Order: sequence, then C-alpha cells, then structure tokens
Amino acid sequence: MSEDTLLSASRLTLRFGAVPALVEVDAELWPGEVLAVVGESGSGKTTLLNVLSGRLRPQSGVVWYRDPEGRLHDVHAMPLPALRALHRSDWGFVHQNPRENLRLGVTAGGNVGERLMAQGSRHYGRIREEAIGWLRQVEIDADRVDDLPRTFSGGMLQRLQIARTLVTHPRLVFMDEPTGGLDVSVQARLLDLIRSLVSRLGIAAVLVTHDLAVARLLAHRIMVMQRGRVVEAGLTDQVLDDPRHEYTQLLVSSVLQA
Amino acid sequence: MLRTDSLDKSFTLHLRNGLRIPVLHDVNLAVHAGECVALTGPSGAGKTTLLRSLYGNYRADAGHIWLRHDGAMIDIAAAPPRTVVQVRAATLGYVSQFLRVVPRVPALDIVADAARGLAPDVARARAEELLLRLNIPRRLHALPPATFSGGEQQRINLARGFIGRHPVLLLDEPTASLDAENRDIVIAMIRAAKAEKIAIVGIFHDTTVRDAVADRTHDVTPLQDAA
Repeated sequence: MSEDTLLSASRLTLRFGAVPALVEVDAELWPGEVLAVVGESGSGKTTLLNVLSGRLRPQSGVVWYRDPEGRLHDVHAMPLPALRALHRSDWGFVHQNPRENLRLGVTAGGNVGERLMAQGSRHYGRIREEAIGWLRQVEIDADRVDDLPRTFSGGMLQRLQIARTLVTHPRLVFMDEPTGGLDVSVQARLLDLIRSLVSRLGIAAVLVTHDLAVARLLAHRIMVMQRGRVVEAGLTDQVLDDPRHEYTQLLVSSVLQA
Repeated sequence: MLRTDSLDKSFTLHLRNGLRIPVLHDVNLAVHAGECVALTGPSGAGKTTLLRSLYGNYRADAGHIWLRHDGAMIDIAAAPPRTVVQVRAATLGYVSQFLRVVPRVPALDIVADAARGLAPDVARARAEELLLRLNIPRRLHALPPATFSGGEQQRINLARGFIGRHPVLLLDEPTASLDAENRDIVIAMIRAAKAEKIAIVGIFHDTTVRDAVADRTHDVTPLQDAA
C-alpha cells in the first residue's frame, strides 16, 4: 500500500441557503481503499460525493487528486475539459439511478464500448469483444449485448452501469447508493460483484450509503455524517461495533436485525 | 508477540443519558510466540471486550496494545485505521463466534479469500483441505453458508481464521457449537498452530478444550458498575 493519498480533501464547506450541507469536512483516500460515507437523508453525504468528484463546487476548502504520475491536481481549479477527461479515464461514477449514466437509446454493448471509444479505442471487433467480456463479468448474458437497456430490469441496469464504469479500469470510483432501490436478492448479488471487482482490480472507492450493513461488507473505513459534519470516522467495524458519538450510537441501535 | 500495558476500556451509552460502564481496568497481558493464553472469568466480566480490543475492534480508552508486526512493535490502541487494516492482513487473525459475510459467496471462496500470500489455486486447494479436515463435506463447499447449521458456520469461520496462519490468533469460543468429534479436531488444529510458533489468546468455556490447549490462564475480573 502506497503512503501517498489518492484523494485528499480539507475543510470543505458548502451551504444551500441556510442549510449547512458540508461543514469543514476533511477526507482522505488511499489507493485500493474503500471508504463508506453513511448518514441519514440530508446529512450531506451525497453532497460530499459530488464535491469530491468535482461535480459540485464547495464555497471553501480544497480537493487534491494525485494522478498516476504522482502529480497533484486541485480538482476544482482544473479546466473543465481536463476534469471531463479524468471522469472518462481514471475515475468512474456509479449513480443510484443507472438511467443517469446509461444511454437508453444505445445497445448494452454500445454503452460499455462507448467509454472505451472515448478513450481512443477504434478497433470495433476488439471493443465489442471487451464489452461482451464485461457483460459476462457483471453476469449479463452475452446474447443481450445488442439489446437496448430499456428491456433490462433495475438490477440488470445497475450491473450494466457498473460494467460501463469499470471497463476503462478506473483507479477511483465514486458510488452513490449503488444498491439502493433494488430487491434484496439483487442487492446481495451486486454486493458480491462490487466486493470482488474492487478487491481484484485494486480500485479505490468512495461509497455513499445509508445502509450500515453495506458499509460493513464493502468498506475498510467509514465516515458518519450528520447535518453536514463528520461526527465520527475510523475503521468500519470499530465505528459500527464500538460507536462513540451519540448519533452513531443511535444509527447503529436503530438497525433492524434480520 | 503481544503485550498490553495498563489497558482501560469503558462504554459510554449516550442514549442512556451518558451512562458509563467501565469494563476493563489496568489489564496487563503478555503472550509469547507458540503460547496459548486462555481468558477466564465469569460471564460478563469482559473477556470478549478484551479480545475485541486486542483486535482493534473496540477502541481502548487508555493504555497500549503492543503487537509485533513486520519486525517492529505497533500499538494497536493508537494506530491509524489503515495500519490496523494492514496488521490484520499480515499479523493478526481473529475467529469470532458468528460468521458475517457477503451473502451468496460460496463457503470455499470465503475461506480461500482469507488466505495470505498464496496463488488463487493454491489458496483454493488449501481451503478445501481445511474444510474437509473440519468435516465440511465437499457438496457444501460451493454453497453460501447462510443456510448452514450453527456448527457448520462456526467451522467455516475456523477454516477462515486458520488458513491465514497469522503469527497472532485470537479465538472467541471456537468450539461453542461443535460436537465432541469436531471439538477434538479443533484442539489438534490449535496445538499444530502453537507448534508453528503462533501466539494464541482465546476464550474457551469448555474446560476440556481449555485444559488441552492453554499454557496458562489470564483472569478477567468484573468491575463494579459505576453510575
């Protein structure tokens, strides 16, 4: 494990009118590490994800990203084309709603292949082959490659989005409630898929979820947010099994045991 | 291999008006390579709390937990989360009472994933060997353990804990749900681990197991509840 952070944010602050979405938030992520951000709706966790990934600008604070050559980039000071290029290559973003990321008028194979073409791949046969390989990895039958996403179920769409995101081998993936809104059986399958892909490919991830069980199974470290502040952070099992902050104790004790 | 220095641990329950429950006070425990120390004391005395603190699962309030990791002594009680992750990957193994895993993952993969420094096929072969040794028949290896019996789940957990051959191994009631035959197998595995110079700290309610594996005991005395 390298000693250099992949992503490092300090004193991020953002208010929506009178509502504090982020208050002096610090965050660090190392290569190959999965960091979960948990909290209730309105705690600021999705805002944090959007600010870390450069999709939303903070009122103050800075986010540094270290590229593969070791150069540091201030994410919010980058020219827009450079940020877009980063989102197409080194980074990936998995939305809660896969329709936000997928092109519904393009075939499943096209959705996966498009990211490769955006990176400069031109050999059609090879792109198609790789797309099929990725569909298989996310457990979508190869004979669905020419089907349009609108014929897919919610769980399949989410898996297609993951294939589209990972095909370019990103170093860092931002995930916003990737298992939200899915049936539990589909959720379990997706969790297993994310867990094995992330550990096999050594991808670092920032995972926003309100589901503590998802955080426990996927994340090395966890940050608990309440009203825009990080109230507790640390090793995932430590924070969940020995919560110190009042709010974390409330969250942990409110979970139903299945 | 492992030494605690005046370890203190209490729990503060904010949802109970800040009720503070002290559990461990001034715990001094030392375990050497190849030695097995059994934690003893009445139920509720804090044996599991101590074991979980050693693993970094519970955070100590005061004191140190020194562990030999990668040629140096590291204080688990003060180490940053990333270091604890590395220590657990390389040095410190833990067998809990309950199996907690991603649903849908086959038993064999759960065990093979916990191997250290082995090629995937070697890890799978080793996992299979361990599962068979623990009397988990081959037909169960490809199934996720969610539907397994308590004793079977415990044996999956044991296989997962032993496959890593961590230099320090923590065992929380490793034979609680096992029959006599499987209990004897676990005793043999613990003895073999000691012969490999692995340091072990365990909670064994079953006195047969404790007598068979422990070199000495460390008594955990219950503290008076303070308001």
